[in-house]
Amino acid sequence: MAIFNLKVNGKKLQVDVDGSTPILWVLRDHFKLLGTKFGCGMAQCGACTIHLDGEAVRSCSLPISVVQDSNITTIEGLSEDGEHPVQKAWLDIDVPQCGYCQVGQIMTASALLERNPNPTDEDIDIAMNGNICRCGTYVRIKEAIKAAAKN
Amino acid sequence: MTKVKTALDRRSFLKISAAASGGILIGFSWFAGCTPDTKNGKFVEVPNEWFEINSYIKIGDTGMVTIYSPNPEIGQNIKTSMPMIVAEELDADWNHVQVEQAPLNTGIYQNQFAGGSLSIRMGWTALRTAGATGRFMLLTAAAKEWGVTIDDVFAEKGIIKEKNGNRKISFGEIASKAVGIEIPKEVKLKDTKDFKLIGTSQQNVDGKKIVTGVPQYGIDFHREGMKIAVLKHAPAFGMKLKSFNEEEIKALPGVDDAFMVDISINGKANGNASPQFIAIVGDTTWPLLQAKKAIKATWETISELEDSEMHSKRMEAAIRTGKPNQRREDGNVKAAFKKAVKIIEKTYTAPFMAHNTMEPMNFFANVTTEGAEMIGPTQTPQSLERAVAGYLNMSVDKVSVNMTRMGGGFGRRLYPIFGVEAAAISKQIGKPVKLIYSREDDMSQGTYRPAYRSTYKAGLDKDNNLIAFSAKGAGVPNGGIYTNRYPAGTVDNYLVEKFAVKTNITTGAWRAPGSHFAAGAEQSFLDEVAELAGKDPLEFRLELFDRAINNPVGKKNDYDAKRYAGVLKLVKEKSGWGKTTPGVHRGVAAYYCHSTYVAEVVDVIMENGKPKVQKVWCAVDCGILVNPDAAKNIIQGGVIDGIGHAMYSELTFDKGVNQQSNFDTYQLIRHSQAPQDIEVFFVDNGISPTGLGEPGLPPVVAALANAMYKATGKRYYHQPFNTAEQA
Ligand code: FES
Ligand code: FES
Repeated sequence: MAIFNLKVNGKKLQVDVDGSTPILWVLRDHFKLLGTKFGCGMAQCGACTIHLDGEAVRSCSLPISVVQDSNITTIEGLSEDGEHPVQKAWLDIDVPQCGYCQVGQIMTASALLERNPNPTDEDIDIAMNGNICRCGTYVRIKEAIKAAAKN
Repeated sequence: MTKVKTALDRRSFLKISAAASGGILIGFSWFAGCTPDTKNGKFVEVPNEWFEINSYIKIGDTGMVTIYSPNPEIGQNIKTSMPMIVAEELDADWNHVQVEQAPLNTGIYQNQFAGGSLSIRMGWTALRTAGATGRFMLLTAAAKEWGVTIDDVFAEKGIIKEKNGNRKISFGEIASKAVGIEIPKEVKLKDTKDFKLIGTSQQNVDGKKIVTGVPQYGIDFHREGMKIAVLKHAPAFGMKLKSFNEEEIKALPGVDDAFMVDISINGKANGNASPQFIAIVGDTTWPLLQAKKAIKATWETISELEDSEMHSKRMEAAIRTGKPNQRREDGNVKAAFKKAVKIIEKTYTAPFMAHNTMEPMNFFANVTTEGAEMIGPTQTPQSLERAVAGYLNMSVDKVSVNMTRMGGGFGRRLYPIFGVEAAAISKQIGKPVKLIYSREDDMSQGTYRPAYRSTYKAGLDKDNNLIAFSAKGAGVPNGGIYTNRYPAGTVDNYLVEKFAVKTNITTGAWRAPGSHFAAGAEQSFLDEVAELAGKDPLEFRLELFDRAINNPVGKKNDYDAKRYAGVLKLVKEKSGWGKTTPGVHRGVAAYYCHSTYVAEVVDVIMENGKPKVQKVWCAVDCGILVNPDAAKNIIQGGVIDGIGHAMYSELTFDKGVNQQSNFDTYQLIRHSQAPQDIEVFFVDNGISPTGLGEPGLPPVVAALANAMYKATGKRYYHQPFNTAEQA
């Protein structure tokens, strides 16, 4: 166990855990930031996606020991009240079904648009391929990303 | 205009009371919507639960209408569409309607169930009746207030107005006064053509919570002082836990306790393949997942360790020499095949599949000597309640079940096992606990979609008419074939036989379980038969429907041939079937299940030498459309899910062990593999609505196979199409 200092959604937080603990479990179990989801635990499904210094990363496979000093953004910090353009597009197009994967999808999509404001279909496919949706909302996700890109 | 009774034999389906916070509370029975069977023109006995009040509408004196939706939300959007039905008949302002998951007390809320696309079908009349009754009471109260008759007033968006006057009053202002009004014996439901809200697209009521990550799933549930538990089941079907390094595990950091649990009752496994398991308990998840890796256990083999090769041999043998457990024969199939000029026979197979809801199984349990409090994602709270009560040897009223939103269901959460496991762990530690499965736990010891194998055979006469048809289907544990479904009724000499193969692998419902495979096989086969007959595959199907419409064979055909043909015609028109576009290859299929008819056309292109779905066209007949955009979303989801599973997913066994246990080896469809576009068209026929969760999926399996055949010249008989050898 060791003390780790983190910056999550602009706030400085401290936690005493084993250095191997993935950020996902620190967020969920210690900080009670429950928007970030557990799906596979091996960087295969994207449910746990967060931003690390603006990059979309899989928090289930990212040990706390390697992320000190970085800025972590979770869905709770993406916008005040869901008014990020990606979240808005998601609502307009009514993307979610069960909704479980959607936070991860939104985090990946928002990081993509940050770095590439006008992605092509192929750019979207490549960026989003790590985010699985069992309910099958892919067509709407693509539509929503394009709508968000316009704004 | 339809009139419906609000009571039967003087027992009412409705109950009115004053709402504690002001306003009126209308309780109603979900089951009042079921039409009782009539025998000799008389009502047969109606089950008691039809009179149990299990849903509520509250019209508060602020004018806010709250609808307590008792059915679980698994992503099929009923939490939005069902309240729309109530609000329509009530003439409420949708902007002033809020929907809440009914606070579950299964003593009051009976029969909650989300599965088999049943929710809408069961709720339709009940919800309408409740809404219409509410409107009647409010109108009556307003009329009384003004000294006019009910015919002099009408409601619009939550406001009651005088027809020939200027007086107005809002629902909120009159609600409390409606409490004393007598419940009408009969209420008038609106003409479907007068619907204002039903048929308009309304956004998911939980959309905002979802996109902002508000905790609402079972896995998010938290209570101060609760423990976290993980578990380890037997590694193989056919194995039982004997012992494990308990002391070593207990000594690991972050572990409070580790022990063996047995949830069998009187030595009976009750459908659990692994009722004995290891539980590890602590305060946070990660140390427990680590501790799990350090488990050294001994397992004893208690029954056969099966493998996939064994399964396919046994299915083949069952079809060849087994005794069918279901059978239908029309005419004389043997003789007809003798007469046939052309004969074709093909075999189709599909592997086991896991559910893979994105939210792994989990449940919160707090078991005390007083009772058990259960909170979590379940599609069948009642069966979970019963199972927990059974295990704890408590009466059912001591167990309460609260439902959270579910990160997918697809049939997996119909089974109560994970709830019982959580209860058993809580009982052992004497504390509240949340049990969480890892993905590996979730994919192992599942209640899988069975493995299937079916052999289809058809005979044509010299004029290329279908004169003989036979289909024999086996499955582990039972065949994916239906005796009375299409093409039953369209061919004089028809035979279907279904066979079972015993197994110790647990299986169960999985999004349109048997239909998924049956549709894929049957509709791919008919495509080949059409080709052999030299006919267009869509026209060939329509020809068969003509026969079923005009002169059906047999009486017990499970479909309405006109509606079936209707969706085919619609998809033909919308997709421009028959026109050719260079580089685009098309396949068609139609299927009827869960009371809804769906026909689909798939457009496939070749990309880097491989077939890829570009576009899918769907025609759907699900009766009245309550919430069109949501309906479209679910059909689109079913299409993507169907393509994905047919192309990529399989679960195989070796020595009783599932060979895929996470998404690195078990492939689910991903963004780049999904179609670019899915267009959905609905038949407008004013018939009571039917479900959408399942029916979009089955036909796409065959439409895909048929389109890929056009693209590659290869027929696809074995799932997953992408990797299985297609001999
Ligand atoms: S939970 Fe992290 S990628 Fe699946
Ligand atoms: S919306 Fe259910 S998994 Fe994506």
